[in-house]
Amino acid sequence: MTTDSALLRAEAAARARSAQTRKTIRSAINYAVMIGLAFFFAFPIVIMLVSSFKPDEQIAGDMRSLYAFIPRNITTENYSCADYDLATSDCSPTPGENPGLFERLPFGRIYFNSVFVTASIVIGGLLVNSMAAFALARLNFPGKKLLLTAVIAMIIIPFEALAVPLLLQVNSFPWIDGSSTWINSYQVQIFPFMADAFSIFLFYQFFIGIPKDFDEAARVDGANIFTIYWRIIVPLSLPVFATVAILQALTHWGSFLWPLMATRGFEFQPLPVAMRVFFGQAPRQWGDIMAFASLATVPVLILFLLFQRWFVQSVASAGVKG
Amino acid sequence: MTLNLRTSSAQRNERMAAYLFLLPAALLLIVFSLIPFLSALRLSFTNQPLVPQLLPDGTQRSADFIGFDNYSDLLRVQLVTLEPELGDDGQPQRDDNGDLVYPRARTILRGSDQYEGMSELTQFDLFGTRYLVAASDPTWWRSLFNVFTFVIIVVPVQTSFALALAMLVNQKIRASNFFRTVYFAPVVTSMAIVSVIWFFLYNPDQGFINNFLSIFRIGPFQWLDHPASAMLSIILMSIWQGVGFQMIIFLAGLQEIPENLYEASALDGANAVQQFRFVTLPSLRNTTIFVAISTTILAFKLFVQVDVMTFGRGGPEDATITPILHLVNEGFRGSQRVGYASAIAVVFLLLVLAISLVQRRVLTQKEA
Repeated sequence: MTTDSALLRAEAAARARSAQTRKTIRSAINYAVMIGLAFFFAFPIVIMLVSSFKPDEQIAGDMRSLYAFIPRNITTENYSCADYDLATSDCSPTPGENPGLFERLPFGRIYFNSVFVTASIVIGGLLVNSMAAFALARLNFPGKKLLLTAVIAMIIIPFEALAVPLLLQVNSFPWIDGSSTWINSYQVQIFPFMADAFSIFLFYQFFIGIPKDFDEAARVDGANIFTIYWRIIVPLSLPVFATVAILQALTHWGSFLWPLMATRGFEFQPLPVAMRVFFGQAPRQWGDIMAFASLATVPVLILFLLFQRWFVQSVASAGVKG
Repeated sequence: MTLNLRTSSAQRNERMAAYLFLLPAALLLIVFSLIPFLSALRLSFTNQPLVPQLLPDGTQRSADFIGFDNYSDLLRVQLVTLEPELGDDGQPQRDDNGDLVYPRARTILRGSDQYEGMSELTQFDLFGTRYLVAASDPTWWRSLFNVFTFVIIVVPVQTSFALALAMLVNQKIRASNFFRTVYFAPVVTSMAIVSVIWFFLYNPDQGFINNFLSIFRIGPFQWLDHPASAMLSIILMSIWQGVGFQMIIFLAGLQEIPENLYEASALDGANAVQQFRFVTLPSLRNTTIFVAISTTILAFKLFVQVDVMTFGRGGPEDATITPILHLVNEGFRGSQRVGYASAIAVVFLLLVLAISLVQRRVLTQKEA
């Protein structure tokens, strides 16, 4: 009897141990897979960052070994700049060094172009798209169904298909400063993208789910429609505002085709287009290119790190699933 | 009576407010989407150039209406049966391998007015006969072939990869936040910028990727430099850059599945595979449809990677040309034929529209 139960206990302990071992092995495999994948997603970015701190001549050779990931002979010559001029974002070359990124192009200006255009589209877009969605979701007016269908249909139209006729059109648009064309300007990069059918649709989906009682209670209290939008609907919809802002910011931070067509020089070009130009320019110095790529990437990466957890939540609650 | 009056004035107010709220977005959409769309339609029937010719009197020469010429230049294909070359003895000639010798495509196409403006797209053998397919714009057909290859590989691979990643980072384990961030990192880099980085990594002689693979005695590959691997290189990089976004969408979907569904199925004796099959997948149905449809539309617009990595040429040998790159090259670079590019735009638009309608129907039908 006692031996039996002792045997049973020993068996149970052994089984628990082997279950424990199996669990450990499974967890080890799990981590190995995740670390392998992390390497796959991170290696280009790590190589980019590390290479940007190496002398040009060394970068390609280091790709043959683990040195691709190891900073050695660290230099800041790719980033270097004597007497930086904030107004023109020019700087004079540092004597005795290969000319770096800042000495070869007005990088500060290009950076500003990207930030300014993206921010304008996002902020303007949040306003006009949420207003339109508010009317579609919560107000009654003739032609509502038709407009909603039109918005949904417009989601499918790829901008790329409209780019060439749009270019002809904006070529002869006047602007408030008296110029007779929008080519090579900020407005040409901002206004075509402010209103966005998909953003309207996301707002619409969220707004339609807010109980009607909220506006009715406010109306009884004498609130007008603008107050209802600004004081009730907007504060209740912050997740969808966040999601639309992130989606729009990611899209337009990477904007390429349209600024490629509608801008001519570094004065108005954003980072992606300037990168293509810089990449095609002789001499192709990889150190400078890596410095360019790092500076264009790292601040956005940091922003994402700060808001990461919040971002997943907002995508979930905004119901981005069509 | 008074009540009635008040409601109607309230209704009028509401209507006015609605139009005011709609006005900015509507105006912008009309000016920057609707009008360009209509003018793409109109221009596609003209020979409009990008820079209008100036007439001696200083006015601009207006474009001519040319009917469906752009469309026929874009879409015209012809099947030509090739006859083997005959030797001096009147018998079909054979080369050293014993294969029949056919005349050169160019000789045939130059030989008849019927084929004017057409060049070789491809040749194939069917039931012992050799056929030549000639097209007036072989690059267009090649670009369609390329983009379909891209879509057919990227959409299923990226969607399932994204789901797998989402399930990995959804586990309640240490550092899952770290992995989430790393997998998502490529999404916040812009495509033009990472295209340049990958161009460097893909270098066949000194690039990191070939050096890395040589550790496992794989390769070396020519990557972007060879027609057979160029599109695959673009595909690999595109998945690397884009999959993290779909991962987040799936992750959001996964987190909405109630925990008790898993508990109940575990009590019923379901194993992990069965739980995935009967709990996870059905719960993610809407998310999957959204991801598949949006990835498809995005994939058809393939342009940035190809433009940067091939310097706008879509090479080598048209292996990576895409409809949008062809459109930009025709309408904006080189010949600057806006009319022709507009015809490409219209055909492309109809194609994307048709495919997303079909896809929506097929994917939402499984519901029953």
